[in-house]
Amino acid sequence: MSTITTEGLSATTLLRFATAGSVDDGKSTLVGRLLHDSKSVLTDQLEAVERASAGRGQDGPDLALLTDGLRAEREQGITIDVAYRYFATPRRRFILADTPGHVQYTRNMVTGASTAELTVVLVDARNGVVEQTRRHAAIAALLRVPHVVLAVNKMDLVGYEEAVFAAIAEEFTAYATELGVPEVTAIPISALAGDNVVEPSANMDWYGGPTVLEHLETVPVSHDLAHCHARLPVQYVIRPQTAEHPDYRGYAGQIAAGTFRVGDPVTVLPSGRTTTISGIDLLGRPVDVAWTTQSVTVLLADDIDVSRGDLIVPTKDAPATTQDVEATVCHVADEPLTVGHRVLLKHGTRTVKAIVKDIPSRLTLDDLSLHPHPGQLVANDIGRVKIRTAEPLPLDSYADSRRTGSFILIDPSDGTTLTAGMVGESFAAPEPVTDEADDDGWDF
Amino acid sequence: MTTVASVQEGTDSPYALSHLDALESEAVHIFREVAGEFEKPVILFSGGKDSIVMLHLALKAFAPAAVPFSLLHVDTGHNFPEVLEYRDRVVAAHGLRLHVASVQDYIDRGVLKERADGTRNPLQTLPLTEKIQSEKFDAVFGGGRRDEEKARAKERVFSLRDEFSQWDPRRQRPELWNLYNGRHAPGEHVRVFPLSNWTELDVWQYIAREGIELPEIYFAHEREVFQRGGMWLTAGEWGGPKDGESVEKRLVRYRTVGDMSCTGAVDSDATTLDAVIAEIAVSRLTERGATRADDKLSEAAMEDRKREGYF
Repeated sequence: MSTITTEGLSATTLLRFATAGSVDDGKSTLVGRLLHDSKSVLTDQLEAVERASAGRGQDGPDLALLTDGLRAEREQGITIDVAYRYFATPRRRFILADTPGHVQYTRNMVTGASTAELTVVLVDARNGVVEQTRRHAAIAALLRVPHVVLAVNKMDLVGYEEAVFAAIAEEFTAYATELGVPEVTAIPISALAGDNVVEPSANMDWYGGPTVLEHLETVPVSHDLAHCHARLPVQYVIRPQTAEHPDYRGYAGQIAAGTFRVGDPVTVLPSGRTTTISGIDLLGRPVDVAWTTQSVTVLLADDIDVSRGDLIVPTKDAPATTQDVEATVCHVADEPLTVGHRVLLKHGTRTVKAIVKDIPSRLTLDDLSLHPHPGQLVANDIGRVKIRTAEPLPLDSYADSRRTGSFILIDPSDGTTLTAGMVGESFAAPEPVTDEADDDGWDF
Repeated sequence: MTTVASVQEGTDSPYALSHLDALESEAVHIFREVAGEFEKPVILFSGGKDSIVMLHLALKAFAPAAVPFSLLHVDTGHNFPEVLEYRDRVVAAHGLRLHVASVQDYIDRGVLKERADGTRNPLQTLPLTEKIQSEKFDAVFGGGRRDEEKARAKERVFSLRDEFSQWDPRRQRPELWNLYNGRHAPGEHVRVFPLSNWTELDVWQYIAREGIELPEIYFAHEREVFQRGGMWLTAGEWGGPKDGESVEKRLVRYRTVGDMSCTGAVDSDATTLDAVIAEIAVSRLTERGATRADDKLSEAAMEDRKREGYF
């Protein structure tokens, strides 16, 4: 591995990825090796780990101390929360959401996966695909992480046997494909010995694919935007009202999906008013076209009422607005979510009052079976919900857009983030959920 | 390698943003969310490179309008004069409002006591939190980055603080997608870290790309320093050198800017941004490990200070 040089660095791209693995699958070792072998662990950090390990009577440095940052985590030797780590190679920069693998931390995996473009699922080669592996695959599928890597670890403990790897890879790929995971890349590794993590393994010459790092460096980070529905949630209205800019009125936001061009006919939702884009400012510089995840300011040809919370979309490709949200959710708070719960729903830049009308089913992640009408969802539960909102929302299906198809529920009394939501159908709801009669007898 | 239903093999899409563009766009999104959802935000501004980058991002986020936030500097009383000069010049140039919370005031009034080791970093917490309360700031931007320290690696972008400004890592809200939750009760506030996902190298590369001016102490210069605790500290009225410590003139620069009593200089001949970036890219020390004495006080020094309300 070469060290980073200055030239060409800013042209590199950014990959956000997450790890998922059970407690003893060697996740810390893999993360430690990626950081260490990409020279991202610096001398003083290693010294701190060595000092702490020695202070606790351990022989060698405990690499888990690199990643367990909180006092309680070190005391208990467990990881209690998502941590974000950073490393770089000359080809790409990486943000790693390092998520705890424990069963009760499903919400942390969901958190990590929500922004990830790739998930590494670790499997112990001696155990093969186990319940926890299926759970990890299901969450990656549910969150629609575009790329899944199956890292079959501890190959050194099964004699580097190709047949062992092939059987696990085949079983996992079949399962993940059934869940709708678009791409699986299986790699046989030994995180401890360093096989196929950063350097190709001399012990597995039967394997012709990339190492984990090579794959992370080369996996495509963006989809073809031509097929995406363009969406711009309005965050803030910029009105300088100065002598230099007396009439400037710009709608600032981060493009959530697709591309926008000057001249595009657009509709502002939920009002439904239409106009044309007369200009796009990319952080102070006028451009003709802008695309996903760029933060821009859009100028409109007509002086219509647009404010924070509105969504600007192409007139020919506007989503329907609705007050009835059907979604798959992961409950992330300690207090349960119940039918009748009055909540706030944040979608894009808009926060509206809402009420949980029904919880038709809860998903059992182990076998993907549905438990009908559970009555409530507790922490880490994944289930289907029906929510009525006080105002209409322009919702996309999460399958079409991770940004405009997602929302969070918030407890209005203390602001707690309750639930992560994904709009529309998913593998968790093979049967369409039918609408019940509207109950108009509630208000806030 | 087993690949099924490949989405798109090969090179990156032409629509892929460079890593600096992606980080910039994300930070701007965070600034605008705060502007849209809070009543009275403030940017912590020390004149250090992270806060300078924050201000630059805020200027871009609201252009051509003015930044809709004021600035807050926690003045330890042991600041580098070059940094204070820079601070005042930037504030004037952009027509910004600067609040100052002064550690020296608290010491003079007898509310805070000088520590035996002379460092004033831990003394910043009280002036900071009282200023937040008295001015009723509800969102406080900090330049903290998760790569700085392992307790920071656990920090959310929107970090809820109670009425005592305390951070409770076990009560953090999960942060999903880019849907930041800024709800807070009266008296509580939210610390916001738009540079969470940046590394030290990203900050320097961005400064170079954008041509951002920095205080001169970030570049190699001759300075009278003395060694304490393995670091080169600037001689001065704050309390150094003591008996047995000898001053010498060395070619140094700073990687971070903080209280003079605990911010060390590094040997360097990097006089340009390119030279600084080349130096950092091959450095085997983190910025805090190289130059911050206070983080070495204990294994959980940063976590403990953060819990009390430190940024």
